[in-house]
Amino acid sequence: MKKYILAFFFVISLLIFTGCSKNNSKNNVSTITIMTHDSFNISSEVIAIFEKKNNSKVKFLKSGDAGEALNKAILSRNNPMADIFYGVDNTFLSRAINEDIFLPYNSPMLRIIDDQLKLDSGNRLVPVDYGDVCINYDKKWFKNKNLKPPEKLEDLVNPEFKGLLVVQNPATSSPGLAFLLTSIAKFGEDGYLEFWEKLKKNNVFITNGWKEAYWGKFSGASKGDKPIVISYASSPAAEVYFAKEKITEAPTGIVTEQGSAFRQIEFAGILKGTKNIKLAQKFIDFLLSKDFQQDIFLQMFVFPSNKNVKLPEVFKNHAFITEKPAFLSPEIISEKRDKWIEQWMELIL
Amino acid sequence: MDGINSLIKKHKIFPAIILGIIPILFLSIFYFYPLLGIFIKSFLSKGLFDFSGFSKVYNSHRIAKIIWFTFYQAGISSILTMMVALPCAFVISNFEFKGKKLIMIIATIPFVLPTIVVAAAFQALLGNNGLINSINIENSLYLIFFAHVFYNFSVVLRITSSFWSYIQREITEAGYMLCATPFQVFYKITLPLLRPALSACFILVFIFCFSSFGVVLILGGPGFSTIEVEIYRQAAHVFNLSVASVLSLIQIVFTFIMMCLYTHFQKKAVKFLPGSQLVFLKKPTSFPEKLMIWSCIIFILIFCFSPIIALIIKSLLFKNTFSLVFYKELFINARNSIFYIPPKAFITNSLIYGVITLVSAIILGVCAGFFVKSLKGKIGGVFDPLFMLPISTSAVTLGFGIIITLDKPPLNLRTSLILVPIAHTLVAFPFVLRSIMPALISIPNSLKNAASLLGASPFISWLCVDLPIIKRSLTVGALFAFTISLGEFGATLFTANPEFSTMPIAIYKFLSQPGIMNYGQAMAVSSILMLVTGCGFFIIENIRNIGHEGF
Repeated sequence: MKKYILAFFFVISLLIFTGCSKNNSKNNVSTITIMTHDSFNISSEVIAIFEKKNNSKVKFLKSGDAGEALNKAILSRNNPMADIFYGVDNTFLSRAINEDIFLPYNSPMLRIIDDQLKLDSGNRLVPVDYGDVCINYDKKWFKNKNLKPPEKLEDLVNPEFKGLLVVQNPATSSPGLAFLLTSIAKFGEDGYLEFWEKLKKNNVFITNGWKEAYWGKFSGASKGDKPIVISYASSPAAEVYFAKEKITEAPTGIVTEQGSAFRQIEFAGILKGTKNIKLAQKFIDFLLSKDFQQDIFLQMFVFPSNKNVKLPEVFKNHAFITEKPAFLSPEIISEKRDKWIEQWMELIL
Repeated sequence: MDGINSLIKKHKIFPAIILGIIPILFLSIFYFYPLLGIFIKSFLSKGLFDFSGFSKVYNSHRIAKIIWFTFYQAGISSILTMMVALPCAFVISNFEFKGKKLIMIIATIPFVLPTIVVAAAFQALLGNNGLINSINIENSLYLIFFAHVFYNFSVVLRITSSFWSYIQREITEAGYMLCATPFQVFYKITLPLLRPALSACFILVFIFCFSSFGVVLILGGPGFSTIEVEIYRQAAHVFNLSVASVLSLIQIVFTFIMMCLYTHFQKKAVKFLPGSQLVFLKKPTSFPEKLMIWSCIIFILIFCFSPIIALIIKSLLFKNTFSLVFYKELFINARNSIFYIPPKAFITNSLIYGVITLVSAIILGVCAGFFVKSLKGKIGGVFDPLFMLPISTSAVTLGFGIIITLDKPPLNLRTSLILVPIAHTLVAFPFVLRSIMPALISIPNSLKNAASLLGASPFISWLCVDLPIIKRSLTVGALFAFTISLGEFGATLFTANPEFSTMPIAIYKFLSQPGIMNYGQAMAVSSILMLVTGCGFFIIENIRNIGHEGF
């Protein structure tokens, strides 16, 4: 008997001990926690700049993919887990604003931010970075077959591209949703289903996520047999950067012109209920400062919102920014996304 | 005589109920409380209960189809798994041959692999025009079945063969002496004795496939969806919490009903005196016996080992020549990322979580096992199914629940590291429970009564009678607990600090950006994961043997 009780208390005390020992930071350094999605990345020395300047410690809380992370932030609104949320994109912007979980902050840094990216007039969410979702193709495959790669969105329904395209499910993937929105922006609410009908006839292949499409099916990245995939306009730059050996030409090409690319803008904001509002505001300033913005390129392979930042070499040569991306307002997206996705699923699946 | 009996009963049941407190408390705090929290939150809008989620689910044709498909694929997958694994289990448990341990380790390694890596392995193996690249939707259904068998093969193999070898040779030999044919012996003696183990692993595999997520999402593609996948979609993307909660409830209720049926049939199990010696294992002599062993070995090599080898080769090939460049790159933080984890750190982290999970899952599993065994009648029939629920509960729902409930001291665990082994243990301890139950319920009461009459305290009789008998099954449970922890990746994502990342997280991190170096490093970490898992199996299996020769 005694032994059981002893064992029981031993287990419980072990649990409590290990649980508590982690929260024992007994110094005067204040901590700021950033809740973000899994794809977030940044250099340690950049964070060190902020920590040193403000005598603080920065902690990151990766909380799943973009949608899941935002939902966790909304759920924990009464007792937030973090001071800052980083990674609301324009497809989720309205939901985030309507849930009223962010504090407005007119950062002085907003002056040097590209005006086109500012979608929240109340400045609860400030744009930090952006990237274009677009068609990527395997250059070598088209060269070997002596075929011309697609040049615009409409081309994908042509018979010569039959069975060559892999796209992601908009219900489970953010590039997938961006591509669906591209088609809606381009062909309108009345015309987009017709476009997808034709894509279906052209044997479009659907995966649930970006990884399965890019690593599983795309011939430009692995042994897949699909030479056209939906990815980012900066993916060719990443291919060059992660090639190990120096290569002068990216193995993949992109199609961004004539409204064939959808701009994903990522926002950050201060979560309501933060106990450290001064530090949180400083962090927002920092996110928009040159130190942080310059680091965005090679850590996350997207573009910074700060206009004064210079492009690194690999981006200059291998990544492109289109002048006229496809555009839908966050309000419309928020209002209709579920309906559009449902219609899409009904047609395609 | 009555007095003695009641004395024995009192002795036996009292500590077992105390033991039950541990798993019940654990489940209440880390499972039922968060679930209750999220259910209340989902159904409560503006102070009123709103059950529109139910009618939405009830009226949706698509969701009805999803529920049907969930059952359908789980049923087919678990039947196929049994069919494939049982012949191998027969060979493993009846014959002694060289390399048996290694074969068993190889067969179990797939269990640890993340689905996205398995997909890469299948692709490497089946090539450009293989199964995986075909556009035909039928094929991706076969792929779901194939992957489920691939993952669960070792569950059936290990649980059945560990129990099979308990059945003493004398029992079957008695059958032969009475002039029974081998078929009659198998059908009339072995099969009824095996039934607890067979049904235990069938239900385990069924529940596992029932809540299948990664396989259906990644290999099945958008054409197929299980309840678990739909919950994830509703909760994480549509943010329709009430539909997600209704679906989670459906999942839980169905699991509970299936488990109740299972426990009901379990009661009729034949009790027998388990043999505790393995010396009876035959060396193959005749040609058919040798043929059986060879086909078993070859099958496991082709089925389980070739995808493993394909991954290792992928991690070692750079521009079609042998190279260690991907492994070397793991040690370099090329971009000076704050989330960089050196290999030593992610291996150590994975091992620490794995060992904590193993220990706590054994403690909880054994406590729950004795507790369930000691309960008779209806109460016992309720608790056993309850303990199994965590396996088939949606991770997203539970995760959301934890966020809104475990948010205040003393249980402010949302961002605590301890949450990782806790989440792993929730899934792992039902495995331990299912592994030991068949052996546990086969122990005749007479054995324990004898020990009690000889003056042994319940603890001593547990230590000297029960424990040695269930030890072999306990090892199987421990092995799976360790593997679940090593391969799990969802719960680990809660953690605040990148320096506590594990191997599956490293794999996912590499695969989330384009570029050949990222892909190669992901393959390298996958190979390391398999190697570490294999070594872990080897150590766990050998710990068992310390101090107990021939057992």
